[in-house]
Parts: sequence; C-alpha cells; structure tokens
Amino acid sequence: MKTPPEGLGRQLWRSIFRHRFEDLPRNRMLQITSSVFLHLHPATVRRHGLRLRFTWGMGGLSFLTFLVTVVTGVVLMFYYRPTAQWAYIDMKNLQHEIPFGMIQRNMHRWAAHAMVILVWLHMLRVFLSGSYKAPREFNWVIGVALLVLTMLLSFTGYLLPWDQLARWAITVGTNMAAATPFLGHQGPGASLTGVTERTDLRALLLGGPQVGDPAILRFYVLHCVALPLMAVLLMAVHFWRIRKDGGISGPPPPKGE
Amino acid sequence: MSDATKPPVATAEPSDGLTTWPHLVRVEFLVALAAMLVLTVWSIVLDAPLEEAANPNRTPDPSKAPWYFLGLQELLVYFDPWIAGVVVPLLIIVGLMAIPYLDRNPAGNGYFTLRQRPFAIATFLFGFLGLWIIPIVIGVFCRGPGWNWYWPWESWDVAKTVDLRNVNLTDLLGIRDATAATWLGGLLLAGWFGLGGVFWLWQRKSLALLQLGAARYAIVAFLWLSMAGIVVKMALRLALNVKYVWVSPWFSV
Ligand code: HEM
Repeated sequence: MKTPPEGLGRQLWRSIFRHRFEDLPRNRMLQITSSVFLHLHPATVRRHGLRLRFTWGMGGLSFLTFLVTVVTGVVLMFYYRPTAQWAYIDMKNLQHEIPFGMIQRNMHRWAAHAMVILVWLHMLRVFLSGSYKAPREFNWVIGVALLVLTMLLSFTGYLLPWDQLARWAITVGTNMAAATPFLGHQGPGASLTGVTERTDLRALLLGGPQVGDPAILRFYVLHCVALPLMAVLLMAVHFWRIRKDGGISGPPPPKGE
Repeated sequence: MSDATKPPVATAEPSDGLTTWPHLVRVEFLVALAAMLVLTVWSIVLDAPLEEAANPNRTPDPSKAPWYFLGLQELLVYFDPWIAGVVVPLLIIVGLMAIPYLDRNPAGNGYFTLRQRPFAIATFLFGFLGLWIIPIVIGVFCRGPGWNWYWPWESWDVAKTVDLRNVNLTDLLGIRDATAATWLGGLLLAGWFGLGGVFWLWQRKSLALLQLGAARYAIVAFLWLSMAGIVVKMALRLALNVKYVWVSPWFSV
C-alpha cells in the first residue's frame, strides 16, 4: 500500500455515508441509493416528473403533513391521558399551562385536516393524469387503502379531546356501524343474527353501547399505534412501488427513441 | 409475474433523466419549507376548536360528523343509514380500487387529457365533485337544527318546520296493497340496474364495450347506475317527496 493511512475524519464519514461526496454523477446516484431514507426515490427522474405542474406536489405534501402529525402527536401524547376523567382537562392544561402546548395542538390538528384534503387532491391528480394505468394499477389500490387510513386516522383523533364536538361527531359517525346489515343491531337482518346493542359492530368499535371510556381507549390505541403503523407500512410500499414501476408516470417518449 | 421476463424499468435511465440528487431532493426541500411556513403561520393565527366538555346528556342539534364525512351524512336525508353509512362507503372504496382494472383505455397514461378519455374523466369528476365535495359543502355550511337547510347567513334561532309529507313511490303510483308494492318497487329497482343490460345488448358491438368485455362492463354499469341512482333518488325526493322507491318487510331503498 502506497497511499497514506486513512484519516479519522474520513473513516468516520465513509462509515456513515458509505461513499465519497465529490459531485460526480456516480456519487449523485449513490447519494440516493445508499441512504435508507432517500433510496425510496429512484436514482434518476425524468424531467417532467420534477414539475409541480405535473404532480402538483400533492403526494409529497401528504407525506410531509403526515410527518408533522407524527412529531406533534408524540409531543401531545406526553400530556394526554385517554380517559373520560382526564382527557378534557389535559386538553385544557395543554392549551393554557404547557409552554407551546397550544401551537403543538394547532399544528397537529391543522396538519391532519390539510392531509385529508391533500390526499384527495393527490388522488384527483393521479386520476386526471391517468397515472393509475399499467403498470401502476396496484399502486393506485395501495393509494386507496392509504386514503381510507388517512380518514380513519383523522376520525379516531377527532374523539380524543373529549369535548362536545368530539363526542357527538363520533356518535353520529359510529351510529352507522349500528346500521350495518346483519352486524348492526339497527341494520336490516339484525333479527336473523340476533345482535344487540351490546354485541354488534358498533359495540366492537366503541367497547360498549355508547361513546364512553372504553371508546376513548380504543380510539386512542388505534389513533396512536395501530393506524399509524399501517400507514407507515403502506407508504413505504407506495413509494417503493413508484420506483419499481419506472418512476413518476409521464407521456410516452416521442417516436423513434 | 417474474422479473426475468420484464426489462428492469427502474434502472434504465430515461433519455431525459436527471439525477434525483440534487434535482428532485432540492424541489422537495423547498416545497416542504414553504409548506411548513404556511402551516406554522396557520397554527399561530388560528386555534384548533375546543368546545365545552363532553356531556352525554346534552345532544347538540345538529350533531355533525367530522367534515370529511358530511357527504355521507348528507345522504342520510335521502337514504336509510345502512345504505348511506355502510353500503355507499364500501362501494366507494371498492369502486375506487377497481378503477385501474376497469379502465382499459390505453390513452392518457401519464399526461393530462380530456379529449382522449372523456367518459372516464366525466364519471370521476361527477363522483368526486358532485357526490363528494358538494354534499360536504352543503353539510358544513347549509345544515342547521333538525338538519334543515339554513343559508350560512341565516340565523339558527328561526325554527324551520319540517315537511313530513313524504310518501313512497308505490303510493304515488296508486298501489295500496303491501305485497304488490314490494313487488313493484323491487321490479322498478331491478329495471333500473337492468338498463345496464339493455345498453349492453344495444351497444355490445361498439369498440368501447368490446374492449371492456362482459365482466368489466357489468361492474362498470353497476357502479355507474349506483352513482346515477343516488341522484335519481335525490331528485325524486326533492320533486315528489318520495321516501322509498322500494319498501319491503326487511329493508327499504
Ligand atoms: C397518505 C397518503 C398518500 C401519500 C403520502 C402518497 C404519496 C405519494 C407520492 C409522494 C407520490 C409521488 C408523486 C406525487 O407526489 O404525486 C405518489 C404517487 C402516486 N400515488 Fe400516492 N400517496 C398517497 C395516497 C394516494 C392515493 C389516495 C392514491 C390513489 C387513490 C395514490 C396513488 C398514487 C399513484 C398511482 C402514484 C403514481 C403516480 C405517477 O406515477 O404519476 N396515492 N404518492
């Protein structure tokens, strides 16, 4: 070996980033492919895929608002107890006693609402640009699952402040489950299956015949653990598939290429 | 599907390919920065609502679902809860997931065009705007106590009397016998979805339907007639105060 021994700084750098950083095409590729976070991207993109005029930036912004709700949500969890006795008091304290509590709550709430709208607009864009067509069919299906998850995340969070708005909105929403054919006690066919208000689908959701303590706990666990995990999983698959499907869709290349 | 039979699309660099780093990452970063700015200002200026503590003994009137579900709640005016709250959401989810498998039109893949796919775009916008966004706007801004219509500038203190003269379609047609009404209503409903079959017999030689094939066509026709059926039922209610089209001992539509 004629080269001098590797310096400590360089060793440290290489151990973390696994490649050099000189601005060479190869390193630009490695910058993406050797980072666990960035490699959900393809290493190259077609020029039009960069244009906001094409994607409207909606998928990326859906993801950003999701990240905001995760970070602010973790902060809120420090101050919140999911019981009828404490939930509302904790919200009040958060707003009036905890430093920066109010803005944490605001950012969590508004990012969640924004995410719902952004996901809808993302779906609209993907539809209008025909980007669900082959080979991207299944990524659209995963997208629909993400759409449902997004709305369920919002819905389960809606109950947690335990104010009048929360309680009655969830009552109205979950009453639908009581009307499910065969599985809800007010739905058609309930007499055939014999479900009651204590054993039907709504009772499964709420942990009882009406919105109370068990419902808060169930919605809390769904909201903070189960649904976010599913969403993260599906988002990883969604992004990975964009890459595998050949990157952002686009018009076919001009004839003769 | 084996990878061996397909060219590895992702690794083939397109002719106008740019490296993601820095081109895409830079755009993402700037857009994220702008979005965070907007969100921060929004959160400083506007506080999230917190009403008085939950009280199981005092039902607010109106009780509204979260705004993104108000389209479904609006349907409750016209349909029983098992349709508005269970069947319709399921149809929306399944219908959306089915779109890529039902739309066989190869044109318009990856670019915006109305001319090359007018039917697909019209249908989607009809559902998205007409059956989802507009009902939400109505639910948020125009529904007051008793779920009556209040313009946003109207006071909720003025009581509105509810017109409870709704009748079933079979009553309007002069059928008094319950069994006969059940049969007729069922036939009317079957006839509505049967329109899909009639259209098939009429147009099955057309290019569009040949492309679809019978199975896809049946699903498209069913979903499409379900969407249109919602509007028909709304029209029947608003024009003729029709409560149900089909009344049966078990459920009504
Ligand atoms: C949590 C929700 C979602 C997130 C975070 C998300 C994220 C993304 C991102 C970042 C992209 C890259 C292109 C772009 O930004 O437009 C994308 C593309 C795509 N998304 Fe989503 N998405 C979500 C929901 C959906 C939904 C609801 C659908 C459809 C029903 C969908 C279908 C697609 C498809 C088909 C593509 C590929 C588009 C193309 O190649 O042009 N996604 N998504």
